[in-house]
Amino acid sequence: METAKLQKQAKGSTMFDPKILVPAITSAFVKLDPRLMAKNPVMFVVEIVAALTALIFVRDLVTGGAGLAFTFQIILWLWFTVLFANFAEAVAEGRGKAQAESLRKTRTESQAKLLTGTDRTFRLVPGTALKVGDIVLVEAGDNIPSDGEVIEGVASVNEAAITGESAPVIRESGGDRSAVTGGTQVLSDWIRVRITAAQGSTFIDRMIKLVEGAERQKTPNEIALNILLAGLTIIFVFATVTIPSYAAYAGGSISVVILVALFVTLIPTTIGALLSAIGIAGMDRLVRFNVLAMSGRAVEAAGDVDTLLLDKTGTITLGNRQATAFRPIRGVGEQELADAAQLASLADETPEGRSIVVLAKEKYGIRGRDMKELAATFVPFTAQTRMSGIDAGSSAVRKGAVDAILNYINGGAASAIADGSAVRAIQANVNTDAARELQAIADEIAKAGGTPLAVAKDGRLLGVIHLKDIVKGGIRERFAELRRMGIRTVMITGDNPMTAAAIAAEAGVDDFLAQATPEDKLKLIRDEQAKGKLVAMCGDGTNDAPALAQADVGVAMNTGTQAAREAGNMVDLDSNPTKLIEVVEIGKQLLMTRGALTTFSIANDVAKYFAIIPAMFLAFYPQLSVLNIMHLASPQSAILSAIIFNALIIIALIPLALKGVKYRAVGAGALLSRNLMIYGLGGIIIPFIGIKAIDLVVAALGMA
Amino acid sequence: MTVIGWIQIILFCAIIVALVKPLGWYMTRVFNGDRTFLSPVLRPVERGIYWIGGVDERREQHWLNYTVAMLLFHVGGFFIIYGLMRLQALLPFNPAGQTAVSEDLSFNTAISFITNTNWQNYGGESTLSYLVQMLGLTHQNFLSAATGIALAMALIRGFSRSSMRTVGNFWVDVTRCTLYVLLPICVVAALFLVWQGMPQTLQPYVDATTLEGGKQTIALGPVASQVAIKMLGTNGGGFFNANAAHPFENPTALSNLLQMVLIFALGAAMTNVFGRMVGNERQGWAILAVMGVLFVAGVAVTYWSEANGTSMLEALGLTGGNMEGKEVRFGIVASSLFAVVTTAASCGAVNAMHDSFTALGGMIPLINMQLGEIIVGGVGAGLYGMLIFVIISIFVAGLMVGRTPEYVGKKIEAREVKMAMLAILVLPLMYLGWTAVGVVLPSAVASMANAGPHGFTEVLYAYTSATGNNGSAFAGLSGNTLFYNLTLASAMFVGRFFMIVPAMAIAGSLADKKSHPPSAGTFPTTGGLFVGLVVGVILIIGGLTFFPALALGPIVEHLAMNANTLF
Repeated sequence: METAKLQKQAKGSTMFDPKILVPAITSAFVKLDPRLMAKNPVMFVVEIVAALTALIFVRDLVTGGAGLAFTFQIILWLWFTVLFANFAEAVAEGRGKAQAESLRKTRTESQAKLLTGTDRTFRLVPGTALKVGDIVLVEAGDNIPSDGEVIEGVASVNEAAITGESAPVIRESGGDRSAVTGGTQVLSDWIRVRITAAQGSTFIDRMIKLVEGAERQKTPNEIALNILLAGLTIIFVFATVTIPSYAAYAGGSISVVILVALFVTLIPTTIGALLSAIGIAGMDRLVRFNVLAMSGRAVEAAGDVDTLLLDKTGTITLGNRQATAFRPIRGVGEQELADAAQLASLADETPEGRSIVVLAKEKYGIRGRDMKELAATFVPFTAQTRMSGIDAGSSAVRKGAVDAILNYINGGAASAIADGSAVRAIQANVNTDAARELQAIADEIAKAGGTPLAVAKDGRLLGVIHLKDIVKGGIRERFAELRRMGIRTVMITGDNPMTAAAIAAEAGVDDFLAQATPEDKLKLIRDEQAKGKLVAMCGDGTNDAPALAQADVGVAMNTGTQAAREAGNMVDLDSNPTKLIEVVEIGKQLLMTRGALTTFSIANDVAKYFAIIPAMFLAFYPQLSVLNIMHLASPQSAILSAIIFNALIIIALIPLALKGVKYRAVGAGALLSRNLMIYGLGGIIIPFIGIKAIDLVVAALGMA
Repeated sequence: MTVIGWIQIILFCAIIVALVKPLGWYMTRVFNGDRTFLSPVLRPVERGIYWIGGVDERREQHWLNYTVAMLLFHVGGFFIIYGLMRLQALLPFNPAGQTAVSEDLSFNTAISFITNTNWQNYGGESTLSYLVQMLGLTHQNFLSAATGIALAMALIRGFSRSSMRTVGNFWVDVTRCTLYVLLPICVVAALFLVWQGMPQTLQPYVDATTLEGGKQTIALGPVASQVAIKMLGTNGGGFFNANAAHPFENPTALSNLLQMVLIFALGAAMTNVFGRMVGNERQGWAILAVMGVLFVAGVAVTYWSEANGTSMLEALGLTGGNMEGKEVRFGIVASSLFAVVTTAASCGAVNAMHDSFTALGGMIPLINMQLGEIIVGGVGAGLYGMLIFVIISIFVAGLMVGRTPEYVGKKIEAREVKMAMLAILVLPLMYLGWTAVGVVLPSAVASMANAGPHGFTEVLYAYTSATGNNGSAFAGLSGNTLFYNLTLASAMFVGRFFMIVPAMAIAGSLADKKSHPPSAGTFPTTGGLFVGLVVGVILIIGGLTFFPALALGPIVEHLAMNANTLF
């Protein structure tokens, strides 16, 4: 419950919540520690040169050099550059930290009832002392001490601590609902749990580490980008350290601080400063979507996904089928069929049953009737009979699977003879024409992707109810969007190919796998991967585990089995399979934000050259003042303005780094040209304006 | 600038574009080992070479073996040239009685020719015997060119293959390239050049009596055969000191056009080979378009700058542009075009003195080389250099479509980025670093012919040319000193092999990867957007590296010249 509240807070909290900002400022200074800085090559280099110039400044201060005020300001802004970078990272981390804090609270130190024998004798041990393989008893009111698997019993469990959802869920041995999570609470009944995770590596522990970013490892793409940035930094080392020699040839000299200023403005500090913040924010966005990625690699892979495998039920269609039409056989009125269908469904509390009542009322004006008034008894659905209905006095109404109803009528005839009501038996036997017609209607419905439900009253076939899989609203548009992203969708269903094809067409998926077994699923994934494609899927059952493990992005439902959760590289706490689509978008957004800021950072250099080069060489080649196209006030103010711009742009871009560049499903070409205009061309133009503006202020304040 | 001038430029471009497809088709067949119309004659020769060399042509090599084979091959080439030069006085075919070449000059020249640079700190007719020219230089002209193409083929295979450990067989690629591609074209071209008046003889130099009654020695030799491969293989090393400005090395406007076409022909066709091998010719055209945009822009600036001349020349009554250092038989257009072609393509032959160009006109050749010789570039080398820039461009901007960047189906990941960065890192280190030394070391400064920014440009040009394996000289600088012989050799060596090894590592890594089919989410690399992107990245990343140096060289010279100051 607490988490639920907190998550709402996190979602609602603005980027500049003082609760995050104030500790982030302190943290920015703590992160100056070179051992921490070394992880970020670009900013580490800035820190080194800032420290070196500070030493030179101190030396000049003692020996009494010239232009100390200017040097001091440059050094100050160099340090600001580093601090701003640390601040960006701290802000990104801050949001996760708040979440981790509340998770820690739920991880209470509890006593575990360690079972000692085969019966229910136990001794109390601290939860921390449990080992993998231990078997514990958890009773109503107890906290589950660690992650485990139910091996006996059924219990309702409150999992609000991890999902934020306060409605209890059922956990039972065997099947797909056997996994329990440490820190959740058993509300009723009891279960025996075999511990599957040692202390420190439980689900909640991992969750805390993830949201805190404590174990954040650089993702493959981040590593590649860091190499690029380090390479560019080295190139600019060459470009700047050779300048004093060139200047000496021309009969001039250039001070170290100016060279440092040029160097720091040229190296890609903007992206260098924001790179880790972008990564942390990407993970954070997933967490706020209630999806836990077990590695940053998985998030990146999500952006690259080519094929999406989606289960039909619950993802593409609403879990429940709904009645959409009554199809009577010849000689039966629609009204009569609707009436019988409604009667048969009066006491049927399944969504299908309710939808029949609703349809009867809306389309045929048949009002709800009271079971008691009719003195009817409900005949519930069982796996054996595969039908349900009511008996009211001498009248019996049944609805169910077509073959079940046909069987009922024929078999019913046999039993009817036994109890003497021969009339019904004769009627059933003469109805073979009706049976054939009923079968034809049923086939027609199945072909259209629906499920036929036959209705019989007093041993007479009346017709068929057309139950339809209702494709979720808006899902077609989502698939169209995915297609524009270049992602192929494949629907997985247990239905027969005919029904599957009809639903696939209606939902607008690119392909489907009908009558799918877990092996089929695994094979499909392997085949796609062999073609060089990245595959994402979600699943919950133990039999999904191999496919989840094989898929490049496997999202396990939190309600699923422990095996499924271990096999996937993401866990969806809300167990909502549609989210796969959002996960893909978040992955793309992460990569795009990196690319956009890298492009911006490099494009910025053009303006910086035009600010610094003329200023630097003006003393011995006054002709180069032509290059001062911004008409900056003086060489000093030009250099100072460039370095101030370089520092401030980091702060200015923190919101973008945390929010991410918006992804639009418009196709790669259009997306790229749009982003190139904004971050490439914008990256060239903006610093010209920014540096000029800062120069005006610097000159007005007499700073240089 | 004149309409006729532009027509000449357009004609040249049209010839190149027309050659791309047929040459690309032919070369693809050659390197795939398919039958060609020359097979009946050349196939037995090819088999014989493998038999002698003990090469199994069906056995492919891992990228490391391929690279090691290539390096060993060059060690051999180095010793052949070095030995021939040191021993030339004792060897036959030396009618002019040339003496042994000094150690440092032999070293410099040997490195120069094995790296396809052909930087020459000597005058051919006054230093080398016919034997050295033929056996040492012409032979390396063939093999260094074949090596460049072979390496490019290996990289192309990296892109076109999927989940494979090998990238081809170096010995087979070099043999096929030499036999089927270089030799046939050279035979035809050499005959054409002889027809245009180029000497091809082993007769000694001829003494002539001038009109004034003076005696003049006219240098001769097997010129046409060497010039054909010098251009086709983008080597550029002149038979004579004056290179393609010499009337015997470039007699007519027609021979000039043919030489320019030869320089670009294979480099441009390699883009088509790339397109064919990765299964989409448009990929090749897109790369050629990137090269084309940069090339045409360069030609426009140089031609404009040379045609306009300078205000100071005009003040002297010399209108009609800057003719200083240019041959009258070529004029401003053909000289400007040649200068841009030869520097864009890492050839380095010159038909005019770049030193005498206007500041901006001379800056374009410099930029062409500083960008890494990727505008068509050296045969093969231009393509792999360009592909390295493409990898970087795709990596930076490709992220903006929200996927791990891919190029022709291959994911660009940490390893490729690392190697690509290594490859482009060494270039500025060499030309900026050595220039920094060269302009302050007193013994080196003494080699400059001019002071101020112009002298600076001479040094910068020399190291840029060496690093880019271009070999053209700005002229002015006296390079035959111990300092320049050694430092330029190091620049040539590093510029060639420190780029090749990472490029080959990329080839190996790519060949090993799975190929991803393109989808609507993949950034299309055949359109104008891609061309614009790569051009932008090349100009920004390249430009940022050498902008300070250019500002202190040609740019400040140009500004000073406008104010009537010369250096």
